[in-house]
Amino acid sequence: MDEALDLVYRAERGRVLARLIAVVKDFDLAEDAVQDAFVAAATAWAVTGIPSNPAGWLVTTARRKAIDRLRRSASAERRHRAWGELAIAWDAGDSPGPISDDRLRLIFTCCHPALSLDAQVALTLRSLGGLTTGEVARAFLVAEATLAQRIVRAKRKIRDAAIPYRIPSLDEFPERLGAVLAVVYLIFNAGYLASSGAELVRVDLCDEGVRLAGLVVELLPEEPEPLGLAALLLFQDSRRDARSDDRGRPLTLEEQDRGRWDAGQVAAGRDLLGRAQRLDRPGPYQLKAAIAGVHAGARRAEETDWTTIVLLYDRLLEWEPTPVVRLNRAVAVAMAQGPADGLALLDDPEMAEALDDYHLYHSTRADLLRRAGRPEEAVAVYHDARRRTENAAERSFLDRRLEELREKPTIAGDGVGPG
Amino acid sequence: MRYMLIIHNDPELHPVPGEPGWDELMAGYVAFGEELASRGRPFTGDPLNDPSTATTIRVRNGETLTVDGPFAETKEWMSGFYIIECDDLDQALAAAAMVPSAKFGSVEVRPVAEM
Repeated sequence: MDEALDLVYRAERGRVLARLIAVVKDFDLAEDAVQDAFVAAATAWAVTGIPSNPAGWLVTTARRKAIDRLRRSASAERRHRAWGELAIAWDAGDSPGPISDDRLRLIFTCCHPALSLDAQVALTLRSLGGLTTGEVARAFLVAEATLAQRIVRAKRKIRDAAIPYRIPSLDEFPERLGAVLAVVYLIFNAGYLASSGAELVRVDLCDEGVRLAGLVVELLPEEPEPLGLAALLLFQDSRRDARSDDRGRPLTLEEQDRGRWDAGQVAAGRDLLGRAQRLDRPGPYQLKAAIAGVHAGARRAEETDWTTIVLLYDRLLEWEPTPVVRLNRAVAVAMAQGPADGLALLDDPEMAEALDDYHLYHSTRADLLRRAGRPEEAVAVYHDARRRTENAAERSFLDRRLEELREKPTIAGDGVGPG
Repeated sequence: MRYMLIIHNDPELHPVPGEPGWDELMAGYVAFGEELASRGRPFTGDPLNDPSTATTIRVRNGETLTVDGPFAETKEWMSGFYIIECDDLDQALAAAAMVPSAKFGSVEVRPVAEM
């Protein structure tokens, strides 16, 4: 029973909570009531077995528990209480309502720009993800108390500043959807870019990112950018097992054993990207997914279609004219046309200044110098890169490159950092 | 819900009377006031004189201490406010974005704590 209940918890908690928040308009009360309902389920279902509609049972029970809690609450809140009871009782007569709309409203609330990005991430994981506060805290390497405090503060702001539970209006929709996608991408990347120390926990974040992207797709099936993001995450996640060697050291895209890429995830990514493209409204996540898709399609690194990747970066620059995108484009140019052309782009003074603090700028430059047959300069620039990162995995990668240059200054191979 | 829109200005960027941009700014405030009035919900608001005209009072152990200032340590200072009634934060944020000085300084949106 415990195991079955746990499965229901992971699968249904998000939608039950979203429904309850929609009904009681109070995050804390809804969370407590949903918790009560799961406790009640543990007892009741042990006798009756799991009902045919567990979410419906949980919503009904949680609603009753919410009323119980309101009745017990301190007299100072009586005013609130009367209003709350009325609202819940009024709503109780209704049909369960479109649960997917509840979750959509909730995700827009959790990712509201009036909340700090940290709080958006924590709230989204806590309310729509399947992780506990402790798991989220460990994954982001913060103390559980710190994270709990962050969530409490965010929930208080939602209540006291009246951040609404609603789907944004048409004119603000693109920006607000962008915020939701940014939070999901950040959750995934926190798992993906993790140093190896916390690896096991961090993998949960990749899973959560993929799951949340899937949820946004399910809730907004006619929006192309969520499809693009979901495809991008699947392409990236397909390399999970191939991204490090047996000693846990990161490998570049070129060095990875492509046979270990997850073909199922790649196929699912292609499916999603195809759906996005049929909607014919391009956007940055779709372009990033298309770039990842080109990599996923090359059975061997030498077969990578770098010319197409350069064209995709050209289009991405129209959406995101950032130095980092220009850096990635320069790598693609180097691979398509030769290292000298890439170096010419990197040596542009404007880019050099904008990215001087960014270790990947220097390691990219070092790599192109190495491949252009300029090993002494490459060594110096690898040291520039090493001084600019604290990340152990990145440092060990740069040390490996430096070691290779000492042994064999003209070694072939590409890759600017862990893939 | 009532919200206070607290307008902070950067005096180096903000137009002053006689400067180009001042008339446009004032016309913007008139239009904003008309927009609020057209909503049919109570509101109030006023500009404030600059911090050099301010006086601060503290009462300690029954004694009243009066000092000149405060003189803002930050570049921006509070130059005016509105109190408006809205359904939720999104409405208040949309109104704040229409405050003409938002183009030069910033507008802090603070919910009134209803007692």
